[in-house]
Amino acid sequence: MKNSPIVQLTLARLREFFREPEAVFWVYGFPIVMAVLLGIAFREQPVDRVFVDVQEGPHAEAAISSLGAIEKFSTRKCEEATCRNRLRTGKTQLVVVSKDGSSEGFDYLYDPARSDSVLARKETDDALQRAAGRKDSFPSEDREFKEPGGRYIDFLIPGLLGMSIMGGGLWGVGFVTVDMRIRKLLKRFLATPMKKTHFLSAVMLSRMCFLIPEVLVLIVFAAIAFGVKIYGSFIATAFLILLGSMTFSGFGLLVASRAKTIEAVSGLMNLVMLPMWMLSGIFFSSSRYPDAAQPFIRVLPLTALIDAMRAVMIDGASVFSQIHHIVLLAIWGIVTFVIALRIFRWQ
Amino acid sequence: MPNAIVCRQLYKQYPGKPPVDAVNGLDLSVGVGECFGLLGPNGAGKTTTIEILEGLLEASRGEVEVLGKKWGQADDEIRQEIGISLQETKLSEKLTVLETLTLFRSFYRQGVPPEDALGKVSLEEKLNARVGKLSGGQKQRLAVACALIGDPKLLFMDEPTTGLDPQSRRQLWDIIRSFKDSGRTVLLTTHYMDEAERLCDRVAVVDHGKVIAQGSPRDLIASLGGEHILDFSLMNSNGDASLPSSSLMDLPAVRSVREEDGIYSLAVTEPHIALPALLDRLRQTNRELSNLTTRHASLEDVFVTLTGRHLREGSPTA
Repeated sequence: MKNSPIVQLTLARLREFFREPEAVFWVYGFPIVMAVLLGIAFREQPVDRVFVDVQEGPHAEAAISSLGAIEKFSTRKCEEATCRNRLRTGKTQLVVVSKDGSSEGFDYLYDPARSDSVLARKETDDALQRAAGRKDSFPSEDREFKEPGGRYIDFLIPGLLGMSIMGGGLWGVGFVTVDMRIRKLLKRFLATPMKKTHFLSAVMLSRMCFLIPEVLVLIVFAAIAFGVKIYGSFIATAFLILLGSMTFSGFGLLVASRAKTIEAVSGLMNLVMLPMWMLSGIFFSSSRYPDAAQPFIRVLPLTALIDAMRAVMIDGASVFSQIHHIVLLAIWGIVTFVIALRIFRWQ
Repeated sequence: MPNAIVCRQLYKQYPGKPPVDAVNGLDLSVGVGECFGLLGPNGAGKTTTIEILEGLLEASRGEVEVLGKKWGQADDEIRQEIGISLQETKLSEKLTVLETLTLFRSFYRQGVPPEDALGKVSLEEKLNARVGKLSGGQKQRLAVACALIGDPKLLFMDEPTTGLDPQSRRQLWDIIRSFKDSGRTVLLTTHYMDEAERLCDRVAVVDHGKVIAQGSPRDLIASLGGEHILDFSLMNSNGDASLPSSSLMDLPAVRSVREEDGIYSLAVTEPHIALPALLDRLRQTNRELSNLTTRHASLEDVFVTLTGRHLREGSPTA
């Protein structure tokens, strides 16, 4: 058993990898660094402060005193040019402009495309109208809604897992195979009685071995640092991760099947990964892209993987409800594998 | 004597504009127990030939038999019985010597333990060293150990000592000799004539994808007609320095003459007869020597005589 070529080839791959500290960092450290940074940047902060500039004018002082009485407003008085510049650069969310001369009240200068600006307009208008004597029709009470699984980090972790599975499959299989071809090691192996199927099985097997710590590190880290939980079944999650990894190993083998230089394989890998990085919804929902692009986005394997993982991990969906994604992933995996084996160049 | 390798009318054409005929009708037969050398300059088709024999390349035309079997019919059986050292292989630097050999050992049904293979190449003390820490010569010996791990009957070596220091070269020669002494066959390529002369029972001189001469190094050198070479050059004192090569052919004991860049090389049977005659002739024709050396003829002289070119471009006749 220990002397089987598959075991020996797999061991060789694992040893080579774990004796290369840089590679270990990029595969295991990088996703964590990413999760920390994004987790911090997108941490849930209640919308508590409203930044308002009051443009100098006849009623400016009245506006400042009305808003200053309410805790959530940060006000500042400045000249028209300064106000506009601050609004343009995002330092303030809204500019309150006094109406001319005799008329009472204010106009609002804001950017309707910015949600914080729209929100500030609404809040400020309410406050100023009330200060001017408007009465609410009925009293209302605010109740806070906080459900687990709804935070950005909960959404982000399945995306990062998908990204890591894609990157690992392409790099772990593609890059390594081309490197062995360049070093003439593939040719040297071919000169022995080694079976090609043993070699390819070992490439897949070592990929699976790398995957386990890769995925665990991210999931455990997210659970400890951000309290991210898996709401669906662990087995279903593991199944999706394994399937995704097989699919992207197929892509890895395909990009590596002919490439003769590191530059060539790097280019091909970017060609495969770049569209999915942008479109498949790692960082934000892919439904934000226009409807016309959706059919294309839907057939990308990373979209299928991430959507299925989010459904299982966040919504607790069953693996059977994700069968369309699973079939799509399997087809991608099989097609890329078969083509790769057909055109694979050993030397 | 049974043959370990036979190839007849071997052709290999690489596509291109125009197509390149790397091997152009090559015939070869290597007996069991022989150490056979393919000698030729870079680009002569040595590597293409050996890779066809190793089953790594497919010939365009021609017949190849290795250990009595044909590629395409009994690939696995042949691979189990041959050992190969490629011109350049970068083994994984992060693995240890033992791990590398264990990996290669796992590919063969039968073979020797990694420790034994290391013993054959005198690398036992590096058993647990990383491949990346080995010197060039040690790496090459490890590559040979990888070739020996399956206990092969036939060993292919493509330029085994190119780029190695003199001591490492001698160590490799010893390894090859002891392999041959156990009654097994070696086919190697080289562009070092000294390597071919010292190691090989027979050599085939290859040029432009063809065998242009074949035989034992001694016979090939003897075919020059003289086993000694007189090299000399003349002072360029008078305007009429040039000396027609043909005018030296009638000197006693001289079998052939060639001239290159002002250096004359005479192949002679008996230097003690040819030398005084040459000096007499130069005195009579009022020419002065600037340099004169005598040496044994080598395969290099055979190659130059056959092709008019040197084995290694830019290197003088040594």
